[in-house]
Amino acid sequence: MSNETAKKGKKWETPLLDQLKEGPWPSFVRELERCATTSPRTEDLLGQLEQSYKDNVNHWKHGGMAGVTGYGTGITARFSAMPEKFPGCKEYHTVRIGQTQGYFYTSEVLRKLADICDKYAGGLFDFHASSGDIQTLGTRTDELDPMFAELRKIHFDLGGGGSGVRTPSACIGPARCEWAMFDTLRACQDFVEHYQDELHRPMFNYKWKTKFSGCPNDCDCSGVRSDLSFVGVWKDNIRIDQDAVKKYAEKMNIWEDVIYKCPTKCMSYDEKNGMVIDDSNCVKCMHCINMMPKALRPGVVRGAQIRFGGKVTMTVGARLGFVLVPFYDIEKDKKEGYPFLTELLDRIWEFWDENGASRERVGELIQRIGIGNFLEEIGLDPIPEMIAFPRQNPFIDFEEYYEEEGEEEEQEE
Amino acid sequence: MPSLAETVKEPEQLTDFGPPEYWPFLPPIVQRNYGKWKYHEILKPGVMVHVSESGEKVYTVRCGGTRETSTTTTRLLADLADKYAGGYLRFTSRNSIEFLLDNEENIEPLIKDLTDEGFPVGGMAGSVGNMIHTQGWLHCHTSAGDANGVTKAVMDELHKYYVSDELPAKLRVAFACCINMCGSVGASDVALIALHRRPPKVQYDKIRSVCEIPGTVAACPVDAISPKPYNGKPSVAVNEERCVYCGNCYSVCPAMPIADPLNDGLSLWVGGKISNARVKPRLASLAVPWMPNEPPRWPTAVKAVMTVVEAWRKGAKRGERVIEWIDRIGWPNFFKVTGFEFTKYHIDDYRLGETTMNYSNYVRL
Ligand code: SF4
Ligand code: SF4
Ligand code: SF4
Ligand code: SF4
Repeated sequence: MSNETAKKGKKWETPLLDQLKEGPWPSFVRELERCATTSPRTEDLLGQLEQSYKDNVNHWKHGGMAGVTGYGTGITARFSAMPEKFPGCKEYHTVRIGQTQGYFYTSEVLRKLADICDKYAGGLFDFHASSGDIQTLGTRTDELDPMFAELRKIHFDLGGGGSGVRTPSACIGPARCEWAMFDTLRACQDFVEHYQDELHRPMFNYKWKTKFSGCPNDCDCSGVRSDLSFVGVWKDNIRIDQDAVKKYAEKMNIWEDVIYKCPTKCMSYDEKNGMVIDDSNCVKCMHCINMMPKALRPGVVRGAQIRFGGKVTMTVGARLGFVLVPFYDIEKDKKEGYPFLTELLDRIWEFWDENGASRERVGELIQRIGIGNFLEEIGLDPIPEMIAFPRQNPFIDFEEYYEEEGEEEEQEE
Repeated sequence: MPSLAETVKEPEQLTDFGPPEYWPFLPPIVQRNYGKWKYHEILKPGVMVHVSESGEKVYTVRCGGTRETSTTTTRLLADLADKYAGGYLRFTSRNSIEFLLDNEENIEPLIKDLTDEGFPVGGMAGSVGNMIHTQGWLHCHTSAGDANGVTKAVMDELHKYYVSDELPAKLRVAFACCINMCGSVGASDVALIALHRRPPKVQYDKIRSVCEIPGTVAACPVDAISPKPYNGKPSVAVNEERCVYCGNCYSVCPAMPIADPLNDGLSLWVGGKISNARVKPRLASLAVPWMPNEPPRWPTAVKAVMTVVEAWRKGAKRGERVIEWIDRIGWPNFFKVTGFEFTKYHIDDYRLGETTMNYSNYVRL
């Protein structure tokens, strides 16, 4: 990397951080130093981080508020716990900016964002935050409104935060992937446009994350990283090009590398019959297709699977999302204005609102009150696709019991 | 190169207009072949080609970046996009950067420029992806370790597996600086998670004025906090036997600080998986419960990560993700080959409730 770094930007000696400039991987310390040459506040950020490296703890204050007028979220307020020593970090807020779907940008828009980030923040971006948002670091409270005004001019809006709908994200989908079973980018854009209020004015018990992956490879990690996960699937048969299968057979061991690894053992291959798949037993895991992309392709009757309740540890433990709707015809729903999805979410959010506690993720709530009860409340039938296997303990909470005829009268007498 | 005006315009609404429409940001070759891709091939580490039904080909060059990116570097990437990719580029959800080229001849010059600027090219099949991470000491008040520093130290070691494609399968590594785990690192092949291991210290003098007592009591997932007056004023007490150091109470109440230079450290988790291929998605399991915070380069934690990676690399059959390798050899052997001590902490005694749902996309449709 070019060495125009740090003539300016050397307010603080950083012997510990300097050791992270060594080594072959790109160094974030160099990035911070590049910012520090023009941004005094990021110079102090380097100083404060070096202090943390000495002290083995962070030096940020808990809490504090900052926001953009008209929004209930989008800003993560950060106040230094050592503002006298590091005045540049006194207010060093994060601005979450909703990303473009698929994280596609042009050079011109990146330059414009960089100008804004230099002018109103510490010259420092996160590309991208875990939620999917672009983040800028280092804005002071009084700069938030002017910064937003400039972002608005180029149609970049604030992302989510707090106890509301968080910024959704999607895998690259049909933009560059042959396996996208639905238009992840369009679905995600439709979702974020529809739920602007829930995104910008958090009113839930806790956060709500939504992610869209085009196939069960789940590149956007929706099954683990979101309360509401969409994963593309097909319903009909895997399309087989037998000539291409033969070509693969010449360079790989189809039995070893593909067939033995099929989770439901629904495939076979020999010279005479070629590749045979019992599609009624295929669970759409993607393995065979991943291995032989020129020979095997997903079917053409396509939709998405909805998995639900995934989350990480906070507050009571981690879990993956489970199958809520095995096949959702998202294209059809989209054409009609998403009635199925929006009504389902209305019911779930109402249930969460009525029964949930503060800081209780929806997955934790249904764990607490029971998935069966949850399904009943939101009007979905329990179906065996939802489970790995039925219950293994006999503590069944039957809702009623039988009585002998006349039993009640007897007791009353 | 598309001008700013061709991609974005000022919205009519003052607020709530949402992110810009993505379509104008797609390179023209992508627009033309949207939804029409037929297959793809990895040509070499960090380079792949997607072939459309129309016969058009788009070449992707991927390089690793730092999630923390300066405006200087952002402009540099923009310049490279202009020079080689018609002014377009994209990021991946794992902090890598991708250039989509319609001209095959631009691949090598682009790789040369990227390499000269210090960007490793790679991260596709048979490689480690870029490590995802959280904010850490750089920018989060609840962090129990630094994210950028650990990530840099680990990726320096894994660099050779990013730029080559000799790993048995894809490898996903992640870091989170507290159990809030922004970024859900818990389903990675190898994850480092910063933990506290000492109960919070109640600031009795302060708590009444800055916290809501019932909310603080309710925040604890294991009922370790109870209301208890201090000097006649409302306060709380922590049952240290019960506390699992999760930091939930500190999240809602600043007068319960839990960060501790001596006791904050890193734990190592292995065998998470997100894709549905071959075996179901899974959360990672505990390998090492605690290692000290050792800035600036965390040698103990880095060594532990590399121990797992090397054991897997040597022991796995082609195509086996970390958890598939462990499932095949068994956990006792995993502890044997890695030399990690198996302790009572590895036995899950935390009651999670239901475990029998279908946590995958496995359905016969
Ligand atoms: S999740 Fe599937 S459709 Fe989306 S990018 Fe990954 S492989 Fe392609
Ligand atoms: S997609 Fe998976 S389950 Fe279906 S046939 Fe292929 S390997 Fe078997
Ligand atoms: S993982 Fe925890 S400490 Fe790290 S950024 Fe997220 S909330 Fe902050
Ligand atoms: S750290 Fe967690 S377990 Fe310990 S007292 Fe606080 S909320 Fe309870």
